[in-house]
Amino acid sequence: MALNRDDKSPLFAPGVAGTLRLIVYLALACVLMVLDHRGGWLANVRYGLSIVIEPVYRIAGLPSQGFQAATVAFADRQRLTEQNQRLREDLLLANAKLNRMASVAEQNQRLKELLDTQHSLSLNVQLARLVGVDLGPFRHRIVLNLGARDKVQQGQVVIDARGVMGQIVDVMPTTSVAMLITDPNHAIPVTIERTGLRTVAYGSRAGDMLTLPTIPVSADVQAGDKLVTSGLGGRFPPGFPVGEIRDVAQTASGTFLSAQAKPAADLDRSEDVLLLHDLAEPAGPPSLAPEAGPPASMAPDPNAPPAAPTPAPTLPSVTSPTTSRVAPARASTAGSTP
Amino acid sequence: MNRIRVRQLWFAATLLLSLFLMLIPLPGPLTPFKPYWPALILLYWCLQSGDRVTLGMAFCLGVGADLFDGVLLGEQALRLTAMVFIALRFRSRLRFFPMWQQALAVLALLLNDRVLLLLIRVLGGDPVPPAEYWISPFVGAALWPFVFLILDDLRARLRIHET
Repeated sequence: MALNRDDKSPLFAPGVAGTLRLIVYLALACVLMVLDHRGGWLANVRYGLSIVIEPVYRIAGLPSQGFQAATVAFADRQRLTEQNQRLREDLLLANAKLNRMASVAEQNQRLKELLDTQHSLSLNVQLARLVGVDLGPFRHRIVLNLGARDKVQQGQVVIDARGVMGQIVDVMPTTSVAMLITDPNHAIPVTIERTGLRTVAYGSRAGDMLTLPTIPVSADVQAGDKLVTSGLGGRFPPGFPVGEIRDVAQTASGTFLSAQAKPAADLDRSEDVLLLHDLAEPAGPPSLAPEAGPPASMAPDPNAPPAAPTPAPTLPSVTSPTTSRVAPARASTAGSTP
Repeated sequence: MNRIRVRQLWFAATLLLSLFLMLIPLPGPLTPFKPYWPALILLYWCLQSGDRVTLGMAFCLGVGADLFDGVLLGEQALRLTAMVFIALRFRSRLRFFPMWQQALAVLALLLNDRVLLLLIRVLGGDPVPPAEYWISPFVGAALWPFVFLILDDLRARLRIHET
């Protein structure tokens, strides 16, 4: 009894014991942080506790959902009609483009079969909705309403109608967390569409822009250049729009050009996003093409000098139309190896 | 007996509410103005009934917040533990401050919290955050009188007095 009262005495409560306890708890927190930073097992703990975490996310997402429902409910008729009209026009335009694209895609397919490459233009995607949850200040992450039960995997690419948004970093049973391309810890391999220059776009400190800090000084880069994914690294499939360069300047050291780009995707406005299912082609050289051509018995003497490269310079007028048609396709497949 | 249970329930409910408030997003441009709710609510309880808030409880709340946040386990646990320790040490003085001085003290505590967070992130390899990073403590301090008065008023209405 007496001891108990001593412990609770307000005069002496914050004494040596309190400081000691503080040190113990701080040390415990530090150990947790180091273990988590090194081992990254927070994801496993979260997966285990997802039965608690996910309902909380859903409930916390309700206010923003309600806010959206309210804006739709109270939006005036005029604006809705205008929006509807605009969407119709967009759809019409997109359909017209698609119809034209269909024939081109078919032609492309045939040419690709001829060239024996395995790219395909069809998309295998899954529609996901955002859950309105704030994962801490200055963390560029979003929560999606699909998870491991919907076959979502870590590393899947998230896109919207305009471009690449990010990739999945954390999967729970029915929700998943995606890191946006503007996160300072994120990097995405891109090419500049106009010149074909390959570089890497990093997220930026300030938030809504991308930085490209390592462009060679001699490179031809202008404001307005479009960035698309290059497909290197095997995470993002090639050819998706990433952003548009806004300004280019020399770095302080003068060894590189550094560019700022605006992301193409509506990072803070998209409500519905698409999850790509097929990942980029695995890195490395393609598998060997099957043997084709005349039988080996008809092959010329291997000691004889190669005959194929020599006629090209002598007959430029004849070979140029065919080579110019094949060369871009070759260049795009061969360009990813160096 | 019943009254004690109601008091505990009210205490737990406010802490849970603070976690929810932390997760609920504000519309885009207002995001940097969001105060650090778990810290504000914990500070209220520190000043109001200091024997109920212990370092261990602050640590547990922080770990819970980290699990929801999903960034780095132990980050908020460390921040909240440090904050509660300082608040408990100066509790008897803080309680008798007039409201504006109390708000200034809260501002100092929240700024200290941001410095801690900055240290943790920079040591973890993140870049230094932009200037808007420092807005949140000021918003928290400006909201402090309202938080304090509202919670106090609710407590009085629910007749959950200290016995």
